[in-house]
Amino acid sequence: MLSNPDRSYPIKIGLLSGVIAVLIALEGMIQAFGARDIIGGVISLGHALLYATFFAAAYLAIRRSGATRLVNTIFVGALSSLIASIFVIALVWLGSWTDLGYVFVNATQPLYELLTFKQGLVVGSLLMLIVGIVMGILAALTVALPAKTRQYILTPVIWVITLGVLQDLVTVTIQNMPFLKPVTNFLYVSNGLSIPGALTIFVLLLAINYFWLEKRSAAQNRYASLPPASRRAVRWGSIGIGVVLLLMLPQILGLYLSEVLDNVGLYLLMGLGLNIVVGFAGLLDLGYVAFFAIGAYTVGVLTSPELGHAVIIGNWWVALPFGVAVAAFAGILLGIPVLKMRGDYLAIVTLGFGEIIRLLALSDVLKPFFGGAQGTRSIADPDIGPLEMTWSPQSFYYLFLAGCILVIFVSTRVKNSRLGRAWMAVREDEDVAQAMGIDLVATKLLAFGMGASFGGLAGAIYASKLTSIFPHSFNFLISINVLSLIIIGGMGSIPGVVVGALALVGLPELLREFSDFRYLLYGAALVVMMLVRPEGLVPEARRAMELEEFREEEEPAKEPVVLKTMGQP
Amino acid sequence: MAMLEVNDIHSYYGNIHALKGISLTVDKGEIVTLIGANGAGKTTTLKTISGLLHPRHGAIMLEGERIDGLPPHQIVMRGIGQAPEGRKIFGALTVLENLEMGAYARNDTAAIARDLDFVFALFPRLQERRSQLGGTLSGGEQQMLAMGRALMAHPRVLMLDEPSMGLAPVLVEAIFETIRKLNKEGTTILLIEQNAAKALQVASRGYVIETGQIVLQDSAENLRKSEKVRKAYLGEA
Repeated sequence: MLSNPDRSYPIKIGLLSGVIAVLIALEGMIQAFGARDIIGGVISLGHALLYATFFAAAYLAIRRSGATRLVNTIFVGALSSLIASIFVIALVWLGSWTDLGYVFVNATQPLYELLTFKQGLVVGSLLMLIVGIVMGILAALTVALPAKTRQYILTPVIWVITLGVLQDLVTVTIQNMPFLKPVTNFLYVSNGLSIPGALTIFVLLLAINYFWLEKRSAAQNRYASLPPASRRAVRWGSIGIGVVLLLMLPQILGLYLSEVLDNVGLYLLMGLGLNIVVGFAGLLDLGYVAFFAIGAYTVGVLTSPELGHAVIIGNWWVALPFGVAVAAFAGILLGIPVLKMRGDYLAIVTLGFGEIIRLLALSDVLKPFFGGAQGTRSIADPDIGPLEMTWSPQSFYYLFLAGCILVIFVSTRVKNSRLGRAWMAVREDEDVAQAMGIDLVATKLLAFGMGASFGGLAGAIYASKLTSIFPHSFNFLISINVLSLIIIGGMGSIPGVVVGALALVGLPELLREFSDFRYLLYGAALVVMMLVRPEGLVPEARRAMELEEFREEEEPAKEPVVLKTMGQP
Repeated sequence: MAMLEVNDIHSYYGNIHALKGISLTVDKGEIVTLIGANGAGKTTTLKTISGLLHPRHGAIMLEGERIDGLPPHQIVMRGIGQAPEGRKIFGALTVLENLEMGAYARNDTAAIARDLDFVFALFPRLQERRSQLGGTLSGGEQQMLAMGRALMAHPRVLMLDEPSMGLAPVLVEAIFETIRKLNKEGTTILLIEQNAAKALQVASRGYVIETGQIVLQDSAENLRKSEKVRKAYLGEA
């Protein structure tokens, strides 16, 4: 029946997915996400998560089996997803027989009801088995479809899921545009998409997607054949629309989502800073939060009247350069003792540095300067001149936007500069970089200093936004979050950092149920990324190319004959 | 005046006394070879000359100017280029970028362009593969790239560390041919080799290093004839 020698693979992957599905259930994710319907009354995000596990099992099994005939792929797919669904049923039966809640707090009656579709043990179990088989068949059909058709269908499906999940975002956005109200009323029921809404979105996007994929090249050709003047007009036009959209965003999105955007901006600033150190120069820094803290505390201490220092700068804008400069200086200071360290050793020292800064801010001895555990309060607003404004998340958005644009600009320029090249060489091999005439000390210290200055900028804005800062806001997890977003986005890639910040900071805020599982999913995402796409979501061109070529190289290598082209006597 | 003069240098790795008074000279336009067994101190000597290791005692002079104690990048700028042991090319950079990196310490654009042409003329293979990633080249091509990269610094002295290591015999032959050709065009070369037979064929003079000390120095011809070298390094009875 199976053409592949590894006949046990569908069973293995089925077992593995079953375990994962049970873990997802016991972790409480199905219940937490079960309250959020993608399509109202039809499918919840919790169930979708479960089905996705089945689907993935079937898909992987089919891919691995090498089966080509539809009957075979259906058999393989259905087998592995069926095995996965049996695990889920086994959990429910086990749970109804004995009280698992003693060990697993989430193994409760409501979970079992969700898993049996509220249809009772027997009928529910049968339904779940059918779902398993259906997922297997769907996976087989997905594989069987021609690549193009798959693409036509896949994109609208993803959009339906996204729009369903992000109902809050869409409705809140549209609230600010009353004339669009009928659209939301049509698309959404109280919880999730309405069935006609989901169908409309699907069909509409299918059409758009079809048109886009079919006519894209024609459109591109037409664009290319335009006279340069109009082409420039089109380009500037689209940039203009983008700028206007970016500027209008807080008005469109409202208070809560502006707050989310502020957070994204904050982490984006830090991510771009750490990207210089880790992504460009290859120096693993686990204590990056230190520079964020230094920027925040410098501005805080300089502008807060409460601590009663001799030097008080009332104006945030005057304090800002000090915050950035002190952070940069601290970066260089940290860089000096670790100049000779590499890899793990460097990571450990920087880790310690991050903790030292936090403990200094917390210490009682330095309380007169930093406020100890009570923190630094009444930090100045970023008022411009005598102009007093009310500062809301929406206005801070513009500050973050300006900061991000500046930092992206600097990062891009420096990446393609002589200094960027030197960083790249240092990242590849320090000794050889020196043998090329690169000044190792200056190059490394510049990386630390510049990276730290971006962190200081983030800290300065953060301090003003919160008006009070406390030592515990600067814990180790921030360093880890920033590092994760770089890794997921793509090390050394500037667009990657943007995507990473949106995915890791923005997305969890949009899905409130997410927050409990945030670190679990971070971990899972990192593991999956390292296995499936180690170069990141939006990889740096060079790194992608490198991984691509090395993958090709796993094929039997050919030894080229070079004798003829060597210098002839 | 000698182009490169190393005078009684002592280098340490921590407390390990690795070089116990090495002295050697390389005159302008010469190929001088430093031969010796594994762990004798060949690469350590090279690292000390290039400034990656600082000698605790002794002096290194480039055309009469002391360079020991300078940081490595300044030694490169003063005119010592090297193709390190194991080639160590930048795997994630293209061939062309590797070569450009070799000229990092220079800013005379026109002269750099001339040197690039020179390297491409010397190794046409590199020109063919100029936009390919360095890491995907074969061993022989990587060695060419390492030499080309060193030449891009337009060095007064070119130091080659085991250029024949891990290469097939035909490629070794070709590499040594290139070394001879480079020298004919005026490049001063300090060649560090385990393959004593080959090295002594191209060099004019040679030094034999054993446990951090020079034990023998003579013209290449005499060294080839010497009993000791023949037994220990040329594998003759």
